[in-house]
Amino acid sequence: MNQDQARTVVIDAIMSVAPDTAPSTIDPTEDVWYALDLDSMDQLNIMVAIGERTGVEIPEIDYPRLESIDQLTNYLTAIDA
Amino acid sequence: MTTLDFVMPSLGADMDSGTITSWMIKPGDEVARGDVVAVVETDKADIDIEIWNDGVVVDIVVPVGETVSVGTTLANIEVDAEPSATTPQPAATEPPPEPQPAGSTPQPPPPEPPTTRSESPASPPEPKTGWTAGSTAGADDRVAASPLARRLADERGVDLAAVAGTGPGGARLARDLPPAGRSEPGGTGTVDRPEQRAENGPGQRADDGAARMRKAIGELMARSKQEVPHYYLETTVDLEVALEWLQGYNATRPVDQRVLPAALILKATALALADHPEFNGHWIDGGFRPAPTVNLGVAISLRGGGVVAPAVHRAEELTVDELMAGLKDLVARTRSGRLRASEMTDSTVTVTSLGDRGVDVVHGVIYPPQVALLGIGRTAQRPAVVDGAVAVRRQVVITLAADHRASDGQRGARLLNTMSQLLQKPEEL
Repeated sequence: MNQDQARTVVIDAIMSVAPDTAPSTIDPTEDVWYALDLDSMDQLNIMVAIGERTGVEIPEIDYPRLESIDQLTNYLTAIDA
Repeated sequence: MTTLDFVMPSLGADMDSGTITSWMIKPGDEVARGDVVAVVETDKADIDIEIWNDGVVVDIVVPVGETVSVGTTLANIEVDAEPSATTPQPAATEPPPEPQPAGSTPQPPPPEPPTTRSESPASPPEPKTGWTAGSTAGADDRVAASPLARRLADERGVDLAAVAGTGPGGARLARDLPPAGRSEPGGTGTVDRPEQRAENGPGQRADDGAARMRKAIGELMARSKQEVPHYYLETTVDLEVALEWLQGYNATRPVDQRVLPAALILKATALALADHPEFNGHWIDGGFRPAPTVNLGVAISLRGGGVVAPAVHRAEELTVDELMAGLKDLVARTRSGRLRASEMTDSTVTVTSLGDRGVDVVHGVIYPPQVALLGIGRTAQRPAVVDGAVAVRRQVVITLAADHRASDGQRGARLLNTMSQLLQKPEEL
């Protein structure tokens, strides 16, 4: 998966849980969970959505370093699904 | 055979009235206990309402789009017999009907579901529509229209006479009006606002809906503060053991089976409440009625504002996995607006959490007629003393807001301590 594909997956997953978000307004470097008011249930649902779209099931131990869209995108790109 | 008046249920202590947005039944249909028969729009959410009798539908009295008070007959159902003794809505858990004047005490709920009467109504049946010209207060030569259509037309500045009516006798219904901001009327059989849902996201209310919800919540919270003598306790719970255990538990499971720390905390709460009954039940008519089971109300925030607290039923009997699945399901249906009446009215206690990026301590306001509310703060790493040395531990502050008429601080402290102890043995939850 390249950067663009990974970014699309991440944004789609977020939109599926927070459809009231306008993607262009999200700063890709900020803490997206806080910015979009997403709680742990939302986070889990987003991880499930990412898993469904890519087959990558992100382990919980990696969650703390996946706070921004950039970080999520880079992570998925590196996993190379 | 008796005729049952199926009435608009009270879906919360703060509910005055509701609007039918769709009917799942029509005359001649058979219904069974637990069937969802209609969807009602309230200030807080669209709720699926269930019927608790077996029978056959005789007629529908209140049509789609009409707003009626709690207790108004919605439909007539021919039922076989008295309702069964065990209804899913035990009388003790039903919130009292809305007391209107200041100082009035809540009515005790009747021992049977209030929809049952064994004799026919004494007065002649109301005309089904009530929409004939002049039937509304102050009307003279007005066109036939439903009360909802009149109100909406007023709000939007629409001339009712210019609108084609699709109701009985050509009466204008809410669905016949051009919605605000659109040039064509909708034509569906339900009060459907797909364009608003698409703009605002599922589970969000239209603008005035959000304001109504705010008002409803505000009134309930004001009443709680006026009537319920709250006391507050807090305790810091070490979660290190529970979270370590959970990490191991989740590592072996697929992502859609993972359990959140919230589910562990809710299970511990339910078990503790089962052992401390003075916090699980309702204050009704001057006395405390303990509930036979823990229906855990979970406060869920809506995107765009507002809170609802539907119940996870019999939470003390569920496994942690079942509780997690129940929680996921409730959150999904809350946000998409498809909760059931039994979930809205059955809570015996409520738990609220402001999430992982919230604050350290949550001091809550009890939802009357419940007698307790538990607040879960955020989980944070803090220095603590373990075995005589300073260590970094993940902790959470859990608070109890309780009704001093039903319990004392001494008992409240024991409840919180029980919860803390249960969370030190996560594998037993």
